[in-house]
Amino acid sequence: MMVAEQLDAVFGALADPTRRAILARLRRGEATVGELAAPFEVSQPAISRHLKVLEQAGLISRTRRATARLSHLRAEPLREATVWLAGYREFWEESYERLDELLATLQEQDGKKETIRSRPRDRSRRKGRRTS
Amino acid sequence: MTEMQITAAPGVPQVLTSRTFDAPRELVYRAFTEPDLLAQWLGPRRYRMTIDRFDLRDGGTWRYVHSDDAGNAFGFHGVFHGEASPDGIVQTFEFEGAPGHVSMDTVTFEETDGRTTVRTNSLFQSVEARDAMVGSGMASGMSEGYERLEDLLAKLIANA
Repeated sequence: MMVAEQLDAVFGALADPTRRAILARLRRGEATVGELAAPFEVSQPAISRHLKVLEQAGLISRTRRATARLSHLRAEPLREATVWLAGYREFWEESYERLDELLATLQEQDGKKETIRSRPRDRSRRKGRRTS
Repeated sequence: MTEMQITAAPGVPQVLTSRTFDAPRELVYRAFTEPDLLAQWLGPRRYRMTIDRFDLRDGGTWRYVHSDDAGNAFGFHGVFHGEASPDGIVQTFEFEGAPGHVSMDTVTFEETDGRTTVRTNSLFQSVEARDAMVGSGMASGMSEGYERLEDLLAKLIANA
């Protein structure tokens, strides 16, 4: 289990669309700041600041090759952040799926009751529906 | 049916969820407030749910226990605050395995075109308490999360 500050750093880093796009790019392999900046209308220093946030969150690591600084994706913190919420999500998703089923059953029962109750009054309407 | 949204923002001791159901609001509200209905859906299927108390009045208390075949039992209890209605149910929530760690939960029901969106707002005593509670997985298994990494990344890319 990660400590709270690390999790905050991961979620904070993931909250920004540019940083998510950078992570998406890094899935395909390491990249230089220039390569990462290319698809965006932001300056290389701005990208560098995003990379710093990602690095502090432990989501990427950076190495130097000659004059270039390369960024790599580190999946582990992301994996742990996913796992962190997974149990909670699982609990509620399974509960809510059961609730879907219950609501469907209740509505079916209500529908049947309604039909029985309205049969004497609504015979003409029912007939009309049948012929239409 | 829409996918459930969960928001646990950094630095805020709060968890927000949102989920839409294909049913009118009165019916969804009943499923949340009638004990015999609540017991049929709240919690994973592998748990039996026993509701000890469910007194839906201002100051009324509730308690339920989730138990499994292996003999594990997880108790939860709390108090209702104010008059519950489809506009909102306000209650405290405490896992008996962590006494004194209490969250304040608000549930609202909003109907649009015959479908109902249920929103929950859980406010914890601290970010640490929230992370411990959510991280505990609500007494649920945590092992399946790893394979969801790819899903998460795919979603992040789609939203980027």
